[in-house]
Amino acid sequence: MDGSVPAPAALAWPDAIFAELQRWGVRQVAYVPDGGHARLIRAVHAEPSMRAIPLTTEEEGIAVLAGAALGGQRGVLLMQSSGVGNCVNMLSLVKSCGFPLLALVTMRGEWGEFNPWQVPMGSTTEAAFGLMDVGARRADRPEEVAETVAAAARMVFEGGSAVAVLLGQRLIGAKVF
Amino acid sequence: MLDRRDVVARLLKDRGEALVITGLGAATYDVAAAGDDARNFYLWGAMGGAALIGLGLALAQPDRPVVVITGDGEQLMGLGAFATIAVQAPANLTIVVLDNGLYGETGGQRSHTSGGTDLAAVARGCGIAAASRVTDQAGVEALAATIATPAGAPRVVVIAVDPAEAPRVLPSRDGAYVRGRFQAALGLAA
Repeated sequence: MDGSVPAPAALAWPDAIFAELQRWGVRQVAYVPDGGHARLIRAVHAEPSMRAIPLTTEEEGIAVLAGAALGGQRGVLLMQSSGVGNCVNMLSLVKSCGFPLLALVTMRGEWGEFNPWQVPMGSTTEAAFGLMDVGARRADRPEEVAETVAAAARMVFEGGSAVAVLLGQRLIGAKVF
Repeated sequence: MLDRRDVVARLLKDRGEALVITGLGAATYDVAAAGDDARNFYLWGAMGGAALIGLGLALAQPDRPVVVITGDGEQLMGLGAFATIAVQAPANLTIVVLDNGLYGETGGQRSHTSGGTDLAAVARGCGIAAASRVTDQAGVEALAATIATPAGAPRVVVIAVDPAEAPRVLPSRDGAYVRGRFQAALGLAA
């Protein structure tokens, strides 16, 4: 168990993300362990065409995915909002070199959050991405997830953009202890 | 002591099909001094990221040797990379750390390797079994002999080099250009 309270459609939206990643031919999935992404991470580990890459800290993923793009593979970074600030300087790689970047970020600190330490980064996640010109798109309802990820993936993999999809805490369900 | 320019020139002389990533600072200059090549990706920032860019590239290009050439200070900023690389265990990734024991770009402050940190031991502790320290030319020659041949497991080679600063040889600072050139050399659309 990942300790989260499932929202009504919690079984569906991680699967919708997985289907989009498959459709876009994503090969490298770098992640920092996260309850909101737990189902997706399990699916990635079970999929032979994808390489699941656990990281020790989020900014590692920015570098790994730059290397993947250099070598012609598509990748995605899965993380929690608390890790976005860690990425700021490493995003100079994306900005200076024009690397594509797709990040799927589960939000903490914004909806029924029990832990106040999650609030400072959760309330500045979009601004932190904005500092480095990474566009942010939000999905707060299960039915929005697939189309939001698909739209972001198109901008990233066909347009070469850097885009983060913020998956709202209301969607994920507040963590309880 | 080993001269860093001589070491890098020797390692790249027989690079074969190797793809090279350089860590910011002196390592970038050392690789540029050995001769510019479209298959070099030079970093001017992203400190702590060189080995991880090498990881993503090695996974994407499993049939090509990937060589990361960086310094002790750059690697110290990304020690977790050793753990992340060990889990993936790419067969074709070699990380060369030129260890001069100081931060040459910022005034020569002593780095942690001067204070007892053993980067090869850190790499081994993270699960990279093929991690060694080279202090002489024989060790450089042994590495050069296998640099173009994927080793079957990731390896980390820490090479103790003279702390003397070499003249700066500056490759392009245009990251988008260097990226596009690199991808074109691999036959990829930039």
